[in-house]
Amino acid sequence: MLKIVNLKAAINGKEILKGLNLEVKPGEVHAIMGPNGSGKSTLAAVLAGREIFEVTEGQIMFEGKDLTTLSPEDRAREGIFLGFQYPIEIPGVSMNNFMKTAVNEVRKYRGLTPLTAGEFLKMMREKKELVEIDSKLTNRSVNEGFSGGEKKKNEIFQMAMLEPKLAILDETDSGLDIDALRIVANGVNKLKSSENAVIVITHYQRLLDYIVPDFVHVLYNGQIVRSAGKELAYELEEKGYDWIKKEVDQLEAN
Amino acid sequence: MNQYKEELNPETNQDQLLQEMTQSDYKYGFVTDIESDTIEKGLSEETVRLISGKKNEPAWMLEFRLKAYRHWLTLPLPTWPHLTIPEIDYQDIIYYSAPKQKKSLSSLDEVDPELLDTFNKLGIPLDEQKLLTGVAVDAVMDSVSVKTTFKKNLADLGIIFCSFSEAVQEYPDLVKKYMGTVVPYRDNYYAALNSAVFSDGSFVYIPKGVRCPMELSTYFRINAANTGQFERTLIVADDNAYVSYLEGCTAPMRDENQLHAAIVEIIAMDHASVKYSTVQNWYPGDKEGKGGIYNFVTKRGMCKGVHSKISWTQVETGSAVTWKYPSCILRGDHSVGEFYSVAVTNNYQQADTGSKMIHIGKNTKSTIVSKGISAGRSQNSYRGLVRVARNADNARNFSQCDSLLLGDKCGAHTFPYLEVDNQSAIVEHEATTSKIGEDQIFYCNQRGISTEDAIGLIVNGYAKEVLNQLPMEFAVEAQKLLQISLEGSVG
Ligand SMILES: Nc1ncnc2c1ncn2[C@@H]1O[C@H](COP(=O)(O)OP(=O)(O)OP(=O)(O)O)[C@@H](O)[C@H]1O
Ligand SMILES: [Mg+2]
Repeated sequence: MLKIVNLKAAINGKEILKGLNLEVKPGEVHAIMGPNGSGKSTLAAVLAGREIFEVTEGQIMFEGKDLTTLSPEDRAREGIFLGFQYPIEIPGVSMNNFMKTAVNEVRKYRGLTPLTAGEFLKMMREKKELVEIDSKLTNRSVNEGFSGGEKKKNEIFQMAMLEPKLAILDETDSGLDIDALRIVANGVNKLKSSENAVIVITHYQRLLDYIVPDFVHVLYNGQIVRSAGKELAYELEEKGYDWIKKEVDQLEAN
Repeated sequence: MNQYKEELNPETNQDQLLQEMTQSDYKYGFVTDIESDTIEKGLSEETVRLISGKKNEPAWMLEFRLKAYRHWLTLPLPTWPHLTIPEIDYQDIIYYSAPKQKKSLSSLDEVDPELLDTFNKLGIPLDEQKLLTGVAVDAVMDSVSVKTTFKKNLADLGIIFCSFSEAVQEYPDLVKKYMGTVVPYRDNYYAALNSAVFSDGSFVYIPKGVRCPMELSTYFRINAANTGQFERTLIVADDNAYVSYLEGCTAPMRDENQLHAAIVEIIAMDHASVKYSTVQNWYPGDKEGKGGIYNFVTKRGMCKGVHSKISWTQVETGSAVTWKYPSCILRGDHSVGEFYSVAVTNNYQQADTGSKMIHIGKNTKSTIVSKGISAGRSQNSYRGLVRVARNADNARNFSQCDSLLLGDKCGAHTFPYLEVDNQSAIVEHEATTSKIGEDQIFYCNQRGISTEDAIGLIVNGYAKEVLNQLPMEFAVEAQKLLQISLEGSVG
């Protein structure tokens, strides 16, 4: 589904991703962990097509298409969803209107007719139940005045609405209380199928108790320096990143 | 207006909208090739007499024009706060141009097909069969009214809706009684100029106790080159009357600037209510700031009677330069004035707009909601005056002035003026400035929404409070217009 080969990306001439490789197949859950500032959010942004990042080398193939040639909106329409680490507020734009536009744009791209008002409202209702989000939130402007946790829940709600093939969730667990964490994780699990895939970026092993990953990767200094099964998460929780950093720095020094 | 009907269903219109957006920036920019009766360039007493003569005006009307003209001669050129305008050569303008057609029209068949076609292209078919039910239209091209629809239906209720020229002939007493009582020709430079050379416009009279059952609408079109448009509108709502009136305007794309200097006067008697909406889309000039309309307009309403109400709503997207302050004089006790405005400027457009609320009667109330949107290298100013006279006990005003910026080369300015001479007044003013961020656009993109649509969503969300004031059919049109006006302004 997603194949990243030797990806290098920079911002303002500063290289952040330094030759990153990753392959994600349908049905898989990947966790990406790594120290602050290692490039996790940058990877997410580059996949989503954020233009301030320049891809200087490498390849990103998604469902056989070269992602780097597509606009951010077309990537979204192709089925890439990014759950933002810091969701953006859009005052004055109702969640209803925002989601309706988004859903129908995606449908149009896929050659489907727009949903009628009735169909759309039904879908909203179902997905709200699925991710246990309060109607009070969806009646407001997009993320405006939402608490940190509410914003994260709203990301999962939007993911449910858009039914992406590949969801990249950037620290969706941070800022959530215990109940919200469970709700968000349940939402992700309910939406999971053999057709789609999820990349969760997280700092905490806790989330991975709920969303069980097939692979755990460590991103350090712009590269994936270690990949293993979910047991790696426990090891990291216990030992931190220092031992990996040392190993990598050692290797590079040689 | 079949076109409008379709647009009520936004879902089926995404395609069409996108197509329009990717096409020409200003879709009303065409020129109608039609024979015109055009006078020589230049302005003199002779010109004023010539215009009056062409319209077969009675002596009192000519007298009014001449007084205004002589007064205008004494006035210094206005200086422009926050507007940069090259000097206008008033001798280089044509003051009268009329599409040639038969003298009096009794049916649509007699209207020149080219003219009908022009208005069709603008989405304003003058064929009553095709018109949106509930909207009567007066179409004005260059200096004259081309056709007024639904006149007869309205006449049955005693409502007068006709061109200003016709009103001068048919209802001289009403015109004489009210013209110039709200905007005297001495009011300002452009009011004097308009009073001297005005060509046509609309006249509305709603008799006592009548609620006008349909929207009345005037559509102004500048066609001829080098021509100024000086229309004049007068609306009188007698006791307990109600009317909702809408004005729309467009002009061809031309390299030279054209002058539009209009006057609108509204009078509301006891318990009368007038709602005046404008969707102003004169040609704004090209991306480099070449050409475009100078839009210098004096709009003022007089709440003469007790419990009367005048409400202005404007969506200003066009013109190279806009200078207008639709205002209310709240003379009657308990009268209410409202001003709702969205003003968009892009590229090199300049707008200086706002309102004046003059509280004279007791227990008068006014509301000002102004939403400026600036993009490109444009300058957008809100200028508003709230004056509470000595005897205006318990006057209340609330003003909200918001500015939204797209990009960092544009400017937004707010100039609120307060003159309060009565201790019991409550006057509130709020102002905010915000920016459409690249992160907001990207967030929308990431959900599958294109940048253009994202701007549309954000801008329409921002302007919602004002757009909601428009009659429904036009609200949809105005939403589209906002989006189109801002095309290419981000990213
Ligand atoms: N707009 C920017 N300008 C300059 N540097 C940037 C910019 N965005 C990110 N960076 C830098 O790129 C590096 C990687 O940042 P990124 O946000 O991808 O880290 P992260 O792994 O997601 O960290 P965290 O765990 O703290 O979220 C950091 O050093 C950061 O300072
Ligand atoms: Mg991050």
